[in-house]
Amino acid sequence: MTRAVTLLRYLLGHPLLWPAATLVCLFAIDVAHRANFLSITLLSGHLFGAPVDILMNAAPLVVVSLGMTLVIATRGIDISVGAVVAIAGAAAATVLEGDPSQVVLAFGAALGVGLLAGMWNGLLVAFVGMQPIIATLILMVAGRGVAQLLTGGQIIPIGAPGYLFAGVGYFALVPCDVWIAIAVTIVTALIVNQTALGLFIRSIGVNPVAARLAGLSSQAVVFGTYAFCGLTAAIAGILISSNVRSADGNNAGLLLELDAILAVTLGGTSLAGGRFSLAGTVLGALIIQTLTYTTYSIGVPPEATLVVKAVVVLLVTLIQSPAARAFAARQLRRAAGMRRAAENAQAHPGTH
Amino acid sequence: MNRTLPHFAPLAACRRGAARFGDPRVLPIAVTVLLFIALFGFGSVMYTGFFSLQVLFGLLVDNAFLLIVAIGMTFVIISGGIDLSVGAVVALATILCAVMSEKWHWPVAVIVPVVLLCGALYGASMGALIHYFRLQPFIITLAGMFLARGTCFLITTQSIQINSADFHALSQFNVTIGSGSLNTGALIALAMLAAGIVIAHLTRFGRNVYAIGGNERSALLMGLPVARTKIGVYALSGFCSALGGVVFTLYVLSGYGLQAQGMELDAIAATVIGGTLLTGGVGYVIGSVFGVGILGTIQTLITFDGTLSSWWTRIVIGALLCAFCLLQRASERHAARRKSAGTGMGAPMTGGTRARNAAPLDQAKLAAAPPRA
Repeated sequence: MTRAVTLLRYLLGHPLLWPAATLVCLFAIDVAHRANFLSITLLSGHLFGAPVDILMNAAPLVVVSLGMTLVIATRGIDISVGAVVAIAGAAAATVLEGDPSQVVLAFGAALGVGLLAGMWNGLLVAFVGMQPIIATLILMVAGRGVAQLLTGGQIIPIGAPGYLFAGVGYFALVPCDVWIAIAVTIVTALIVNQTALGLFIRSIGVNPVAARLAGLSSQAVVFGTYAFCGLTAAIAGILISSNVRSADGNNAGLLLELDAILAVTLGGTSLAGGRFSLAGTVLGALIIQTLTYTTYSIGVPPEATLVVKAVVVLLVTLIQSPAARAFAARQLRRAAGMRRAAENAQAHPGTH
Repeated sequence: MNRTLPHFAPLAACRRGAARFGDPRVLPIAVTVLLFIALFGFGSVMYTGFFSLQVLFGLLVDNAFLLIVAIGMTFVIISGGIDLSVGAVVALATILCAVMSEKWHWPVAVIVPVVLLCGALYGASMGALIHYFRLQPFIITLAGMFLARGTCFLITTQSIQINSADFHALSQFNVTIGSGSLNTGALIALAMLAAGIVIAHLTRFGRNVYAIGGNERSALLMGLPVARTKIGVYALSGFCSALGGVVFTLYVLSGYGLQAQGMELDAIAATVIGGTLLTGGVGYVIGSVFGVGILGTIQTLITFDGTLSSWWTRIVIGALLCAFCLLQRASERHAARRKSAGTGMGAPMTGGTRARNAAPLDQAKLAAAPPRA
């Protein structure tokens, strides 16, 4: 009995409770709307069904959000990921356009370009000391230009089967996108949690000056997080370009940076740095994709998705804000106080 | 001082000028003005017909909405915040104008004030959230951007053509000056520019904005109305975005929810290139004019050239943005080093920009103060 209470208390206090509850609520809405929402069918060796669909479409967002989580944990932000997605797709498409058999080189080019972009951001933030928003704004503005320069302003179709396997292929019943997202999640979790890196990132986020004075080479760590974020954006670029079988310098990954930041905040990572949760980020990304799916399937006009997202962002930031919580607590207390006063007045009508 | 070496006065003036040029408040704007002149000069030398009053006025006519939005953005950035919702509010304003004019058949004289009021209220509510709940301006204005764009698409996903005679008359109104002419949008932009300069430098509100951007805590301790000023700054930005939207409507004579995508980036870029420090507290409205001028000139140069592709605009703007941010960092560091006389003691921890002579003065005061009992 007491153990059950302890477990309940632990679960209620768990930081992942809110994102998990949100996701469950969304699923409940979907199931209420369409009873066979959760059913998955096996068709010619592939799994089909709404949950698989959501997982597959959420894969690029999950990957980008993992990199973004680490950057935000160091009190930074990377608003160039959408542009990096476009550049990476464009780089791979350019290689494949020359010779469709060079699939490995295409993957390498995309990842290399993404890493380079991330390192550029890291250089500006960690070593030059620019504000993260501004440092990454430069690449956000110039990046789409660079991507269009690579593609010559055209949408380049991609036909190489090896490359398309990443985005539309299946491996062991499940789409490859999902496997890649799982792999990136596991690798990130291992790097961050099995080494001291997670501690370093947290300490820089909590207090950069103290971290530096404690002898931590914070510049190198911050630089590393931006480089990693560039790399994850490149992986997402590969997934997206391979999924739509083309590279579009103008529209690939449009507004992806905003979705990624939203996923990270939904997952309970503090935008003030120092507190992050990779599992929360994965949940956050799934929430966003499920939200999109739900709005489509319920028949809300797709345009309303943006409004719903805006409301969600507002609610989440308000819940995270200590000032807003204090305000709400004050209002509640005042309401309770007024009720008590009213009860008192009713009980002793003569005293007033 | 006048008695000794009076004939060196020009030299001293020169040195003083050079010292002012090195001032982190003046250097970026001076570089911006020089760059604008250089770009325009380059165009005049390279292409025939570039050097004319009409091309110069064309810059203003084609970028009037961006200039208006950038003026609002300048105030927000000087106050230490950022506003990502401007592009979406511009789009919302074009839709509101189109709907009120075409569906409800309201007269222009009613539509414009209503739209401007909506923009100001929208900005003010974002400012109130940011101030009272201590939320990050970045996130709240991001939500504002989603909300405004979403509202656009909820109203209509189509482009609404405006056929109202009043709107057409307004958009075709022209004033001829010399060999060039200015349209309504350009005139509104000039009026807004004058108003912006007056607000920034001649009113109490403007002083408060600079004070809050310099150091919000100090401003609060000085008893300045921080809440009113911060909300006012975002209301002003919302107002400017709505006005930019009205001018944009006059420019394209239609309302559409995908209008002005990415304009927040252009406005921020113009403001930064115009010498406004992103850490807040430093910047001039007139700088943003030249920032917008540089962006416009690059576009005009690429149009005149004819062989360069449109994406070079974005790459060049990104490169310029980078150069100016590096310049800001360098001049900040230089100022910090000079302030601390090379000891590195007075270096700002997080790029904060303090008043130039603040640190030595404080240290002098500390040294002169009697030891506490």
